[in-house]
Amino acid sequence: MAAIIDVQHLRKSYADTVAVDDVSFAVSEGEIFGILGPNGAGKTTTVECVEGLRASSAGQIRVLGLDPRRDHVELTQRLGVQLQDSQLPERLRVAEALELYSSFYRAPADWRELIDRLGLADQAGTRFGKLSGGQRQRLSIALALVGNPRVAVFDELTTGLDPQARRDTWELIEGVRTQGVTIMLVTHFMAEAERLCDRVALIDAGRVVVLDTPAALVDRVGTGQRIRFRPSAPLDDELLTGLPDVTGVTRRGGVVMVTGNSNALNAVTALLARHRIAAEHLQLEQASLEDVFVALTSGIQSPRAER
Amino acid sequence: MSAEMPAAPAPRSGALRRLTITEFILFRRERVGPVWGIGFPLLLLIIFGEIPSFRRPDQDLGGLTDLEVYVPILTAFVIAMLALNALPPVLAGYREKGILRRLRTTPVGPARVLAAQLVINLVAAAVTVVLILTVARLAFGVALPRQLAGFVLAALLAAAALMSIGLFIAAVVPGGRAAQAVGTILFFPMMFFAGLWLPIAQMPSVLRHLSHVTPLGAAVQALQDSAEGDWPQPVQLLTMVVYTVVFGLAAAKWFRWE
Repeated sequence: MAAIIDVQHLRKSYADTVAVDDVSFAVSEGEIFGILGPNGAGKTTTVECVEGLRASSAGQIRVLGLDPRRDHVELTQRLGVQLQDSQLPERLRVAEALELYSSFYRAPADWRELIDRLGLADQAGTRFGKLSGGQRQRLSIALALVGNPRVAVFDELTTGLDPQARRDTWELIEGVRTQGVTIMLVTHFMAEAERLCDRVALIDAGRVVVLDTPAALVDRVGTGQRIRFRPSAPLDDELLTGLPDVTGVTRRGGVVMVTGNSNALNAVTALLARHRIAAEHLQLEQASLEDVFVALTSGIQSPRAER
Repeated sequence: MSAEMPAAPAPRSGALRRLTITEFILFRRERVGPVWGIGFPLLLLIIFGEIPSFRRPDQDLGGLTDLEVYVPILTAFVIAMLALNALPPVLAGYREKGILRRLRTTPVGPARVLAAQLVINLVAAAVTVVLILTVARLAFGVALPRQLAGFVLAALLAAAALMSIGLFIAAVVPGGRAAQAVGTILFFPMMFFAGLWLPIAQMPSVLRHLSHVTPLGAAVQALQDSAEGDWPQPVQLLTMVVYTVVFGLAAAKWFRWE
């Protein structure tokens, strides 16, 4: 399938700094594609080049077959954008903002229907200055969608939102994808990428460190399992370290923490059963995208996977 | 995909209308323009008009009444208030809040917001000046400008000069609050040289000469001459043109969308 967004060897340098060194990726139709990375990695610069807000120093970008700079006016008709830290006039009401933005486009969505879908119907007459953080973000999503775009770019959509508002926003984004919009999502929240993205590109120091599905990335780091529990009776560490699947045991207070491969939990529970010890408050932790992030962006052995 | 693409589509006319309407709604909701740019000068006119001595010819003013002197000054007041105190905070605030940047990602672009703001402030100034002339004529018997074309030309040049300065402020300050502060700080000395507290004719000669090189001093002199029936002096018109060109170019050079 042809790429909706195609970025090849993007480079953006300023007088004395290189914001983006060499970034390549391709986003397919219907995908939610995540751009991940620490602060200052070049994520926002990358999407700003995709949006046509900045000219690249080198490389090639095509969005829906258009050049973001040369075909900028046409691109704005088809690309919905939510910018980091972009506000509206304090005294502009929600409905007025949507009516204004919908007038910009050839074939706008029905903004009244959008207000309902994004749960802003009760705020239609509320001024922007009086909206909560979550409501502002929902409005910015609505404004990004009011032109009926085929592609939408969201930059740090949930930063500064409380956990509930964040989860609500995730559901909205999934809903947007269901409507057939291809989405590019910039985030530094691993949970967000894990929950939403089909594929993610991890960017560090202006380069794509790795690009894959969240699950494949987690496998790649392969840190296995971490098991925590409070034994109901005294338990000798050596019994645990004697297990072939266990790689380490530590204790904190009465809590035992065991690390090991993916079979460690089985081995440990079997051992406890043999000694008739119960594992109270048993917790199992598996590697998450966060571990990937830490492992791959801190200079530790990084597999430079490219596609 | 590229086959269906129309060449450089212009924004829909509905977009420009909606943009102007929206900016006008916001202009009304901001206090500065309606209260200080429109209401306050009208109120001043009515207060001055109610003072009997202001309606008597004054030897010191070359036989004019105080009120006849104040109509051009209030005209300058309206223009300066809108251009220095209403326009710059809005534009600088829009840039500071990323509103102009956001508009760059839409088919309309940010330049048209700037145009809409200029149009709204110019129209507000024109309507208010007409109101002032009308009230002065009907309520207090001040004659309409006898050299009307000269008066209109002087007012337009004054608006061009002051709006250029306003755009320059918006270009060089970091945000809305700073624009507000700079606009206010510039407004008072400029209105002083326009004769708001001491009519230009009564100023000591040093101040009078200084006044003639300030944009509002030149404006008020040109408006005053036109009101009395003379064509404004070229040097005053030229002064305003120079301010327009210098600050207009500087604003264009330094204004950033983000």
